[in-house]
Amino acid sequence: MKFDVVILGAGPAGLAAARAAVRAAHRTGAPVAIIDENPAAGGQIWRGNAQIEIPPSVRFFAPTRVFDIRPGFSLETDSHGTIETSKLILATGARELFLPFPGWTAPGVFGAGGLQALVKSGLSVKGKRVMVAGSGPLLMAVGATLRKEGARVVGIAEQAQLGRILPFLKRYPAKLPQAIALRARLIGVPYWTGTWPVRFEGDVVTLSSGRKVAVDYLACGFGLVPNTEAAQLLGCRLDDGFVAVDSKQETTVAGVYCAGEPTGIGGLDKALEEGERAGAAATGQPLNRRRSQAGAFVRDLAWAFHLDPRLFDLAESGTLLCRCEDVAHSELAHFREWREAKLQTRCGMGACQGRICGPIANHLFGWKPASVRPPLMPVTLETFCRDYSGRNAEER
Amino acid sequence: MIKLQCDGREIVVPEGTSVAAALLGAGVSQFRSSVTGAPRGPLCGMGVCMECRVTIDGKGHRLACQTRCEAGMEVTTT
Repeated sequence: MKFDVVILGAGPAGLAAARAAVRAAHRTGAPVAIIDENPAAGGQIWRGNAQIEIPPSVRFFAPTRVFDIRPGFSLETDSHGTIETSKLILATGARELFLPFPGWTAPGVFGAGGLQALVKSGLSVKGKRVMVAGSGPLLMAVGATLRKEGARVVGIAEQAQLGRILPFLKRYPAKLPQAIALRARLIGVPYWTGTWPVRFEGDVVTLSSGRKVAVDYLACGFGLVPNTEAAQLLGCRLDDGFVAVDSKQETTVAGVYCAGEPTGIGGLDKALEEGERAGAAATGQPLNRRRSQAGAFVRDLAWAFHLDPRLFDLAESGTLLCRCEDVAHSELAHFREWREAKLQTRCGMGACQGRICGPIANHLFGWKPASVRPPLMPVTLETFCRDYSGRNAEER
Repeated sequence: MIKLQCDGREIVVPEGTSVAAALLGAGVSQFRSSVTGAPRGPLCGMGVCMECRVTIDGKGHRLACQTRCEAGMEVTTT
């Protein structure tokens, strides 16, 4: 199957890109496709309730996982064979940052966005005692969703200091009504700042303040990590962990564009703006010259929810850092870098391919992420062997 | 409503429910055992962490959070 433009990811950035790209396709008839690994469009934020429709002329592949991308560009998928395209827009979003503390691997501990995603996919939290913890604007949104669904939200523990959150809100008055509306939906729910979980044992969360709270679920995420694996595989340059793009959203690899969280954590508005620009640029349309405020917002957001370095010291010697291969802190602390640790302990070599422990190792030990190689995702041997492995061996 | 089996037990959920949500709702907290035998359940809810892997209709390593329930599905925790 061959397309002029393929968009990887059907969240806000990808959907905005698709909408923009078909404006040109309308004239030229150029085929456009969008691929997502989730069953429905919308990404994590809209999750099956997308606010932008996929235009009828756009082919939508979902749930479809891309496990390799070769120059040119050929995308290997788990359910639709090889998909080819001349322009590729990466709108791969972000995942949550998890930080290890004693008890964080126990069932009952979820990501904050993680528990929200499960609720949106049908989990009832009615009557459940839930603590929301970690960092970022997402925590309030998650707390509000859980409460609306009947959960007893026992508190929100935000690691950031109020002394940073308030100036941030003052600087972005447009966000203030949203924050106030969320707070109004959380009346009676304590919002502790400068506070984080230090232990989860039995069903009790111990907070850094010394407070102990019994819960059914702990929903804990420390902000977002950009999904840059596809960009790295293609050889796109990263600056400080984010995909470098020019004013047209084009990466350092010609024909590859990137929009949304992978270029900097900035949320919905930035994703929509960048998706629109990427979709227009990839199809040769004139671009809006208006100067974007997104860069400043990304920096201010990171400043407001700056991670307290004490969070990196919560793991005890026996606390696991790699959940796939069960590698504990004590087994890793003496290594100097990621590759050496991987070879000796298998840390980061399990099913998640280092997506969870990689960012942890980066924060705790300062290790730089290892290179990305295919398959990008675990695939069945059946998929891997089908007309893919032979050709791949010749080309590489 | 959809009926499925989990470890031989019947679970009934509304259409569109993910396998992870169905299992958690039925009180199943351990989805798999880790390589050293520790209990694990869903973490990320979005197909990244691979902690929610279960066997579905005989196929191993299926992500419960990314799979929608279907009538007659047989789910086995591992």
